[in-house]
Amino acid sequence: MSNDEFKGYRGEALSVLKEYAAPVWSDVTIASARGEFKGIILPRSETDDEHHIVLKMASGYNVGVRACDVQAITSHARKEAHYKIPEKEFPYDPQKSKVVLLGTGGTIASRLDYRTGAVIPAFSPGELFGAVPELADICNIETKKLYAVFSENIGPDHWMGTAAEIFKAIEGGADGVIVGHGTDTMHYTSAALSFMCQNLPVPVVLVGSQRSSDRPSSDAALNLRHAATAACMGPISEVMVCMFGPTSDEYGLLHRGTRVRKMHSSYRSTFRTLGDRPLAKVWPGKVEPLTEDFVRRDRNRKCTLMNKFEEKVAILYYYPNMQPDIVEALIDNGYKGIVIAGTGLGHVNKPLYPALRKAHEKGIHMFMTVQTLWGYAQMFVYDTGRDIMSFGVVPAANILPEVAYVKLGWILGQTQDPEEVRRLMLQPVNHEITEREPIDGYLVMQGGLPEIDSFMKSVRR
Amino acid sequence: MAIPFIDPDCADWQALGLMCGVEIHQQLLTQRKLFCRCPAGLYSHHHDAEVVRHMRPTLSELGEYDGTALMEFKTKKNITYLLDRRSVCTYEMDDTPPFEVNREAVEIALEISLALGSNIVGEFHVIRKQYLDGSIPTGFQRTAITGVGGRLPYRGKQIGIIQLSVEEDSCREVSDRGHDIVFRTDRLSMPLVEVVTEPDMHTPQEAADVVRLIGRVMRSTGRVRRGAGASRQDVNVSVRGGTRIEIKGVPSISLIPGLVAGEGVRQKMLLDMREEMLRLGLTPQTFADCRGVDVSYLFEREETPFTRATLRAGGRFMAVRLPGMRDLLSTKVGRTRTFADELGGRVRVIACLDVRPLVVTDDTCHDLGIRDERWRTLRKKLRCKATDAVALAHGPVVDAQCAVAEIVARVVECFEGVPRETRQVRSGGETDFERILPGPDRMYPDTDSPPLAVTDEWLAALAARRRTPVWELDEQLMAVGLPRDVAENLAISPRLPLWQKAVDGGADPKALGLLLGMRWTALVRRGLPLKRIPEGTLRDLFAAAAAGRVMYEALPMLLEDAAVAPERPALELLNLRGLSPMTQAEAARRISDVLEHLARPTSVDPAARKRYYMGKLMPHFFGRLAGVTVERLFDEIMAGAA
Repeated sequence: MSNDEFKGYRGEALSVLKEYAAPVWSDVTIASARGEFKGIILPRSETDDEHHIVLKMASGYNVGVRACDVQAITSHARKEAHYKIPEKEFPYDPQKSKVVLLGTGGTIASRLDYRTGAVIPAFSPGELFGAVPELADICNIETKKLYAVFSENIGPDHWMGTAAEIFKAIEGGADGVIVGHGTDTMHYTSAALSFMCQNLPVPVVLVGSQRSSDRPSSDAALNLRHAATAACMGPISEVMVCMFGPTSDEYGLLHRGTRVRKMHSSYRSTFRTLGDRPLAKVWPGKVEPLTEDFVRRDRNRKCTLMNKFEEKVAILYYYPNMQPDIVEALIDNGYKGIVIAGTGLGHVNKPLYPALRKAHEKGIHMFMTVQTLWGYAQMFVYDTGRDIMSFGVVPAANILPEVAYVKLGWILGQTQDPEEVRRLMLQPVNHEITEREPIDGYLVMQGGLPEIDSFMKSVRR
Repeated sequence: MAIPFIDPDCADWQALGLMCGVEIHQQLLTQRKLFCRCPAGLYSHHHDAEVVRHMRPTLSELGEYDGTALMEFKTKKNITYLLDRRSVCTYEMDDTPPFEVNREAVEIALEISLALGSNIVGEFHVIRKQYLDGSIPTGFQRTAITGVGGRLPYRGKQIGIIQLSVEEDSCREVSDRGHDIVFRTDRLSMPLVEVVTEPDMHTPQEAADVVRLIGRVMRSTGRVRRGAGASRQDVNVSVRGGTRIEIKGVPSISLIPGLVAGEGVRQKMLLDMREEMLRLGLTPQTFADCRGVDVSYLFEREETPFTRATLRAGGRFMAVRLPGMRDLLSTKVGRTRTFADELGGRVRVIACLDVRPLVVTDDTCHDLGIRDERWRTLRKKLRCKATDAVALAHGPVVDAQCAVAEIVARVVECFEGVPRETRQVRSGGETDFERILPGPDRMYPDTDSPPLAVTDEWLAALAARRRTPVWELDEQLMAVGLPRDVAENLAISPRLPLWQKAVDGGADPKALGLLLGMRWTALVRRGLPLKRIPEGTLRDLFAAAAAGRVMYEALPMLLEDAAVAPERPALELLNLRGLSPMTQAEAARRISDVLEHLARPTSVDPAARKRYYMGKLMPHFFGRLAGVTVERLFDEIMAGAA
């Protein structure tokens, strides 16, 4: 029997199962030092220990039996399970718009993997229709699976590839494009796509979920319906992130791809537009813009694709007592661009000065952003700022550090000329730098204040 | 012809083949909740915020949508959760993954598993059990098995234990109207254990007894919660030819016999009804073409309150013809319930209609104020034969359509006899439809929680703390002469170790047993804070009784004193009551003294005279000398005087 028949088992547990010729999916009775256990042997998560055998009992519960306790295993039958989303053909309605859904992975549509116990993506139109039949009320969907990676593994290659696919989908007549994406780095991808796909004639909507779709309370289905609505009938032709507004199942928000950020590790309403207002509220079948300042859908506009990227760019997140050797390491390793996330208005400590000067002399392009996330890098206010600028660090206004990283990589993919890099960096493509910070662009409510308490009670959050 | 009803009080359970198993849920006495660090047991009527969610069915590990899951998706409820910041965090809101499982709770569950003789798992696996009714915001309950199997002696037989799990408690329902259900989250995620028995009980009373016995086993650990709602039972009932039906959330043991009997009879009646339907030549095919018809126009001028209300609210009336069912909808399935009420239960839950009457039939239309002529028109419109029945539902159009479809579906299910479902307790001790009985398909592993190894060392430490099983304690305590109820009370009492120590030190096991197993509870009920008395004081008082320094009868009085002044040592309490030791010579002198100052008894009967004297004497020796001793001394003095 091959080890595949003992999926995930190692060491002691594996040898016990082999000894009694009991591969996974065997329906067994195990006599053990702790008594008798009956059930189907399940594959074991590879990250779990090698001392236990997992049984699924008739009641549906799983239990682990210690391998060292096993006295005998009697096999009765074999009951292999195949986890499958009921696949139904996605119905075509000639009255409805065509949306292309590009899959990169993440938990927007997913299933469980026994070996790791983890959630793995599943994406065909049939599976989608099986899981979220309401999508057919909104649009016709074509899907294309580009990658199957969790968002922490997304990088420049994926951005460039996705941008090219978006371009292709638009050329192919899509009325909107949805990109299914893991949420962790969705805001990096949305920024990258904002720079790589310009002059969009139709919406490009990134969507994911904070609760995997194998859970009844998942936000995946509603997010997908919101995204499909924004893509097929929404008026905004920009790269956007579409995720929950409040944590309640109420409405989604469309965030501009260059001003959005994941702000909580697990909340459903984790995405927020920083330093500006979100673009729109969205419900299944309805989009309600919150601003007039957006690019309108126009089928005649020609999309331009600029999917180049220089990988030797880093974000330097400053902290007190940062040593110059960190900067030296970037210089020595051939980095071409550094985005500094400085304190306050854009500051770092004095010991870093010589290293920054050296980096500048080596031709490394350096830009200053703020780790406060809200507000502008304004380096004329203090001497420190002026000093740092004199070493060639350019304040990058109110661009978010992550967006600055993506933008610098994108620019350096096209030119290395310092003046041109500087010009492009400071000239906004789509609101990544804004001239004004609206008075409601910074709203982090403080819990515990009586007025906030009464507000909290009056809205569904 | 009506099917004869069986009175639940007179049913022959053996002949009906009644089988009953129970699932007992008991909250555990822990500081914190099971998967987060919120305080457990903090209930309130206050909330700071609300969250709204919906539930969608998902796939289980073994690949299919679960029946219950689909049904609840049909109901499309808006679920509102009320959040009190003191008792919930973002975990309960399902906006934060679980933290490491509360080991204190697992340990209590293991302790109970050991007490029930279960096979302890090698590894504890948290799994998700889907509940789409909204009672848990995640849509599933996190639960894990600690023990499998086990036995419990009951009246000379053995009741089998299937398994024991530790799980998180659900929300408390605040209201459920139409498509809106509201829950409070304070109870959510409090740890509880669930003990599931084999269907080894064969009469309604046995079911109640076994629930009580298992409850006592759990309480004997001293680590479970008490009070309203701390313990709830699900009771599974079937009769021969019937189906296992789960009655959910029975709040009190005293309700169990009535509910079990009622369910047994309901199943028998449904089985008889199926026989009758088959005899009439009805089959599932008979109802294949039954469709709801919108008959709202018939009720536009009808002057009954419910039809007016429905029309005013923009609702519709949907009617369906049920061939051959004319005499069957009124079949009694309970003391007050008919088969039409079973239809109503389905309509209420699945179509979310809650305006009464839920379903109008030929048998109820007249009493509801619908004119006979109108109903005749309706029957004609539906082309009814004399043997056909009509069922009418009303409400928002989508819900009313759903209702008639559900009515037909339920009628077709008659051919299964007793359809699989869970039932809820209604006032009056009867039950009503709750939801389709879920299968094991709704269980899948919780990928957020790693497995937890249950080591031999851990079990050894628990085994060292293990107490004598309650059923053995009951026997031991009855053997010293305590009545059964006192013995059962003392066996699970936290005062049992105190009793044991005092008895080992020579105290009278029965007298002290009565005090600690009966009088104590009575004193507490009277409001005395006996908990305040230091254990040392109690031990000293019992030692004084064992040494004959104070009579047992004086102990309740001393406990009262001690509760009021817990700082006083035992000796001081005795002295304050003048309960210093007394020699026999002192006692004899005291008797003579008292007798001297007593008026002569009026009676000439010697027995009556003695009763008079003893009555006057005893208060002087209360707590210091036994009645028999006083009597002996009195007899001696009288004999001497004569």
